[in-house]
This record gives sequence, C-alpha cells and structure tokens, in this order.
Amino acid sequence: MVATKSPTHIRYASSSAGILLVATLLVALMHCTSAVEFTFDLADNAEDCFYEEITRNTSAYFEFQVSAGGQLDVDVHLKDPQGKVIYKQEKATFDSYQFVAELTGVYTACFGNQFSAFSHKIVYVDFQVGDEPALPGVDEHATVLTQMETSSQAIHKGLNDILDAQTHHRLREAQGRKRAEDLNSRVMVWSSLETAAVVLIGLVQILVLRNFFTDRKPSQAHYGRL
Amino acid sequence: MRDQILSLALLLCVLHSACGLYFHISETERKCFIEEVPDETTVIVNYKVELYDPRSNGFMPSSPGIGMHVEVRDSDDKVVLSRVYSSQGRISFTSHTPGEHIICMYSNSTAWFSGAQLRVHLDIQVGEHAIDYANVAQKEKLTELQLRIRQLLDQVEQITKEQNYQRYREERFRHTSESTNSRVLWWSLAQTVVLVCMGFWQMRHLKSFFEAKKLV
Repeated sequence: MVATKSPTHIRYASSSAGILLVATLLVALMHCTSAVEFTFDLADNAEDCFYEEITRNTSAYFEFQVSAGGQLDVDVHLKDPQGKVIYKQEKATFDSYQFVAELTGVYTACFGNQFSAFSHKIVYVDFQVGDEPALPGVDEHATVLTQMETSSQAIHKGLNDILDAQTHHRLREAQGRKRAEDLNSRVMVWSSLETAAVVLIGLVQILVLRNFFTDRKPSQAHYGRL
Repeated sequence: MRDQILSLALLLCVLHSACGLYFHISETERKCFIEEVPDETTVIVNYKVELYDPRSNGFMPSSPGIGMHVEVRDSDDKVVLSRVYSSQGRISFTSHTPGEHIICMYSNSTAWFSGAQLRVHLDIQVGEHAIDYANVAQKEKLTELQLRIRQLLDQVEQITKEQNYQRYREERFRHTSESTNSRVLWWSLAQTVVLVCMGFWQMRHLKSFFEAKKLV
C-alpha cells in the first residue's frame, strides 16, 4: 500500500525539495536496510536470540566473533521464518555467513552457551540487511555519474573496507590482550603459590627429619633395655 | 502540504521502528551491550519497547506504561548516562575516554517475579554511521558532490580516531606483556635465592641438630 502511495507523493510535491527528500528516504527505507553491530555478554548455560525482519530477495550478512571467555567457542544457528535452520555452527570462534532471504519474515539468530557451565562469553555480532542506504539526494536521478562521483564512490567503498578491517583487527587484538592479561595474573598467582610451597616444603622436610631421629631414640632405648 | 509532510514523517517513524533487530527480555531482566569505541565518538542508540499482550498473543505496538532505564558506563566504570526513558527513545552520547562502553537497559517495571515479556527493538550506530546526512545536507546546503566528500571526510576522521585508539591499546598490550616478562624474571631470581637460602638453612639446622643428638 505504501509503495503505491509514494510515487504520487513525489509527483505532487516535485516543487518542494523537502518532500522529495522525505519521499526518497521513504523509498530507501522500504527495503528495510539495517546494519547493527554490537557486542554482548552471553551468560553461562544461556541462549540468547536476536530477531530481524527481512524482506524477500534482500541480501544479508551475518558475522560473529567470540572475543573472551572459556575456549572462545559458542553454538550459533540461523533460522528462517519457517523455522528451518539455514546456518549452523557448533563451538565456533568466528565465522561469517552471507545469504539472500528466500522468504519475507522474521529471521532468528541464536547464540547458545549451554555446554559451558562456568564461563560466560563476550560475543561480537554484525548483522547487516540490505545494502547501505544511499546518501539523500544522490541516487534519485539515473544520469551517468561524473568521474568525480565514481571516484568518490570508489573511495567510499574502500574506506568502508578499511573500517571493517579495523573492526576485525580490534577484535583479534582484544582476544590477544585478554589472553595476555590472563597470563599476567596467572603468572603472578602461580609464582606466589610456588614460593609459598618451596618455603613450606623446606620447613616440613626439616620437621619430618627431626621427628624421624627423635622417634629412633626411644626405640633404641627400648632395645638397650632388652 | 504541511499535513503531507507530517503524515510522511509519521509514516517514516513507524517504518523506521518496524525494521531492525529486536530481542525479548522479561520485565525484570537487564540486558547489556558493549561498544568498544575510540574517544570523541558519538554513539546513537534507538530503541522501542513493546509489551507482550496475552489476549492477542502478540505484542502491543505501543505500551505507554513501560519505561526503560538506560545506563551507560565507560571503560573506567564511570556512569556516563543514567536515566529513565519512555517506551521509545533515542539516546546519544559522546565518548570521552576510549574503551569499552557498556550500555545497559532494563524496564522500570515493579513486577516481583519475571513478569511479562518485553520485545525490544534496538539499533546502535557508532561514529560516522550516526551522522544523519539528510539533515547535514539540508542545514549546510551542500551539493551532491559536497555531501559525498563530506561523508568521505567523516569516514577518514573515524579511521584516524580508530588508529589512535589502536595505538593506545597496543601500548596497553605491550605494558601487560612487559609486566609479565619482568614478573617472570624477578620471580625466577627470587625463587633461586629462596631455594639457596632454604637449602643452606636446612643443612645448618640439621648439622646442629645431629651434633646436639650426638649422632655425628
């Protein structure tokens, strides 16, 4: 219903740039593009699901990465609106999956941590649906692009790739950093325990040895009396 | 004309909130999201809460009674923002320290037990994604090409910030590694000293003990 409405609106109000802008935005939104990136804490023994409504024939990109907790693994599955599993990974650390929606409806992405009873996981998720929304007022006329426009588009694409790569590196670095911090504190704890153990063993050795010799004394006296 | 703009804007709002990611929480549950951002970066969170309606077995599109408590903490665990918003809201904050910012949401429900289910639509935009270019173009009267360049500039700026943040994190990482390294070194030295002292004391003690017991 909305789709049939918007062209008439455009014809009506071609004089007003404001309305045109709103109308283009509306058209852009009709494809329901959304890109959301977030990191969440998955509790132990828990399963968290996220839902996203996708229209038919829209391409979607799904990516996840576990950046901390346990063995850095998580169970992941994606379901289509009819409940059919379209993607499944068990105990995965990171992966990405690109698909084209075959049905209109709610797609479900679930992260399961049921297999680990103690460790909670930090999971990064990137869920992009549809293409990036175009700049307002840019894509409404279908004229041939000038060289400046094409190159700016190419630069924009390149910069987007750089940003993605940076995110990737940041997550990798976070993994490494968490491990290093763990190692640091473990070294600290273990070395103090080790020192305590050495001192304790030294003292106990002496005590046992002394005890051993003092125990001999009465038995010797016993033999002597015999 | 004005009505048209209004109705279109309204439609836009409805459409905008209708798509995007959502999840379910119970009324008393608390849900947190972590965003790792460089400093001076704007984060915009859009959300909308719908209450489960057992009669229609669906979710009510608007639930005026429900309020959401939103709390944002920065990497030093300092509260950046903590407020109660209505069932639909838009939160925007700018980071002043680089690091993990934790955004927590929970409803202001007074239910004792888990209560009803809530459906939360959520959209988080960080950095240059948070800029509304339609607004920028209108306000500054930029041409198409100028707007494109403007977007590229914003992206480059974001990349620079991210790189600075990366440098900062690398420094922290190196500090941790160096700390581990020096701890291992000093500990091994200290341990050797402890062992030598212990052995020396043991021998001396045993010797005097055997002499006292006239065993040697």
